[in-house]
Amino acid sequence: MRIDELKIDSEMLYSGHNACPGCGAALAVRYLTKALGPNLAIVLTASCWSIISGMPPLTALKCPILHCPFPSAGSVGSGVKRGLNAAGHDDTTVVVLAGDGGTFDIGLQAMSGAAQRNEDYIFVCYDNEAYMNTGMQTSSATPFGARTATAPYPLFKAGQKKDIMQIMAAHGIPYAATATVAFPDDMESKLKKAQAIKGFRFIHILSPCPPGWGTESSDTIHLSRLAVSTGFFPLYEIENGVTWKMTHYQGEKKTPLKEYLSAQRRFKQMDRQRMEMLQHEVDHEWDCLMEKVATSPSE
Amino acid sequence: MAYEMLSGSQAAAAAVQRAGVDLVAAYPITPQTAIVETLANYEAKGELGGDFVSVESEYAALACCYGAAAAGARVFTATASHGLAYMHEVIHWCSGARVPVVMVNVNRAIGAPWCLDPDQGDSLSQRDTGWMQIYCSGAQEVFDTVLQAYVLSESLLLPCLVVFDGFYISHTYEAVDIPEKEKTLEFVGEKRFKPQVVPGNPVNLHGLTTGDNQILLVRNRHESMIKALDLFKQVNKKFEGYFARSYKAVDSVIPPGSKTVFVAAGSTVETIRWALPGLKDCGLIQLRMFRPYPAEELCAVLEAHDVERVIVVDRNCSIGMGGIFSQELKAALYNMENPPIVEDLLLAGGIDLTIDMLHRVLETTAEGKNADQKWGVDVR
Ligand SMILES: Cc1ncc(C[n+]2csc(CCOP(=O)(O)OP(=O)(O)O)c2C)c(N)n1
Ligand code: SF4
Ligand SMILES: [Mg+2]
Repeated sequence: MRIDELKIDSEMLYSGHNACPGCGAALAVRYLTKALGPNLAIVLTASCWSIISGMPPLTALKCPILHCPFPSAGSVGSGVKRGLNAAGHDDTTVVVLAGDGGTFDIGLQAMSGAAQRNEDYIFVCYDNEAYMNTGMQTSSATPFGARTATAPYPLFKAGQKKDIMQIMAAHGIPYAATATVAFPDDMESKLKKAQAIKGFRFIHILSPCPPGWGTESSDTIHLSRLAVSTGFFPLYEIENGVTWKMTHYQGEKKTPLKEYLSAQRRFKQMDRQRMEMLQHEVDHEWDCLMEKVATSPSE
Repeated sequence: MAYEMLSGSQAAAAAVQRAGVDLVAAYPITPQTAIVETLANYEAKGELGGDFVSVESEYAALACCYGAAAAGARVFTATASHGLAYMHEVIHWCSGARVPVVMVNVNRAIGAPWCLDPDQGDSLSQRDTGWMQIYCSGAQEVFDTVLQAYVLSESLLLPCLVVFDGFYISHTYEAVDIPEKEKTLEFVGEKRFKPQVVPGNPVNLHGLTTGDNQILLVRNRHESMIKALDLFKQVNKKFEGYFARSYKAVDSVIPPGSKTVFVAAGSTVETIRWALPGLKDCGLIQLRMFRPYPAEELCAVLEAHDVERVIVVDRNCSIGMGGIFSQELKAALYNMENPPIVEDLLLAGGIDLTIDMLHRVLETTAEGKNADQKWGVDVR
């Protein structure tokens, strides 16, 4: 499917924004604003998107953007939604937009608090798997084996990527879903579904980053697709923390992870043993996911 | 008039309930807890008149207030000590974003080690964040100042910190005149600020800017803050019309012939006021407003009374320099032709000010090495 074939209404991301060519994060927000707009308010925390959004008075989006301190996104979202309610704008969709750092790491406490209170907004994490704004340093979303500016060769990211979806599922929030830019129709239907639900909703969008990942800008969609077909980033949704559903399932036969890894310079020095370890981890996670889907209570 | 026996904390909460707030975000810390609990009780009885949210940290409380105020809500939060320190990033942010937030800070020492006593270092550490700071000396003043803070904050688009001492004010009870909500609402009035986040209006609020633009924003904030000195007078004139009470940024009781004046902020003001008749040739200045700093008013009072000696009561210490109120006062006196000598009585840690202490300090002279700094523990 092509973006201009989408049924969704109108473009809300202006051309001339400040993202690098091939930026997955810019695409993700383009799709999400198209799907959720026009009655939107965005709370934006420190991240590449602080730059992409433009230097005020310029703006990259056709909706209000309220910037906030790095750890605060989850709390500022609560305030904006409640403030808009007090002002009579109950119908406005509030989106909190954060990178993986602003979600998995420094923003986790605020997000967890808001999720537990079931605050009525959509938290969108665009995950480029490192602190890109500050130059590709390790975050807890960085996959095992990747090289980063704080784990330069011969170092590599030692731990596994934090399982944010399980954390959010454990909060019992009404809706959580994964998405990625190669599947805009899947992303759109999840966003629309999320928009119709009240309470805390979480969308985790894998967003390839050419300079950070060491890829060509023309490879973004290809990588996003590989992330799904290898099972590295499965597409699914979780309702009320208990009902797990695959939204894109291409059968048991997954593309070997090596194809995904060797297409990115951040994994260039990864030896076979570590690749196998990561493959093993991905297979294990996949099995766990299939188990959760199979044993999910039906509605 | 309807007097109620209230603690300083209850008085603060009563004012918030009568200010027409849209949102209270709360997190507990001793000695502030009674404020959020009292507000929660209003909420439980359906009397708050706004939204109440118990968040997971002070950082979240102020961040939530920031978001709500940016969307046009009248907001409140309260904290103390570690809570205020924990908010620090958002404290700066609220001022830079020009949102009118009113917050109460109940003074308490900051660890390590843990200490609950009312050192003022918590609020004074936030001196340079672009918030107005008003120090109260009793529960009535707390009630009245919280109401006034909304008018100041919304008029100038700057947040306002209302400060009072832990325990001495937060936990002691006094008769407080609590006017009808109708009247307080009328005094505070309709919101004087416009929402920043308006659905359909595509603005990029508080995103990246340059130093060249930032200096203009900082200057603008500074100039707005200075306006609070005049505005405080107008607000109190209006307040007087409504409630037959008023306050000044710098208040004083200086009997004729006073050679020495104590300068204090917070509850020590009342201790000195009480002791004053027994202190020979002494007067008292209450520094109520700390930001903006009322330098001219202070100098004018000292000049008018030909004061020779000033003893500043500092329940705080900027380690490596000394009492913060005394440092600020010395800076303000620089342009005076015959400035008085300034001595510092340091009650850092939050120790009690006793009448004996006042007598002992008066007996000492200001000569000799470091004689201008007296530690409370040495003179009690
Ligand atoms: C408290 C604080 N610490 C550090 C920073 C510096 N900083 C700004 S953005 C950023 C990284 C953001 O990473 P992520 O959330 O993954 O978003 P990305 O830049 O990758 O889009 C950091 C460390 C900050 N703004 N605030
Ligand atoms: S560094 Fe990566 S995430 Fe950031 S703008 Fe460039 S491509 Fe996008
Ligand atoms: Mg990132």
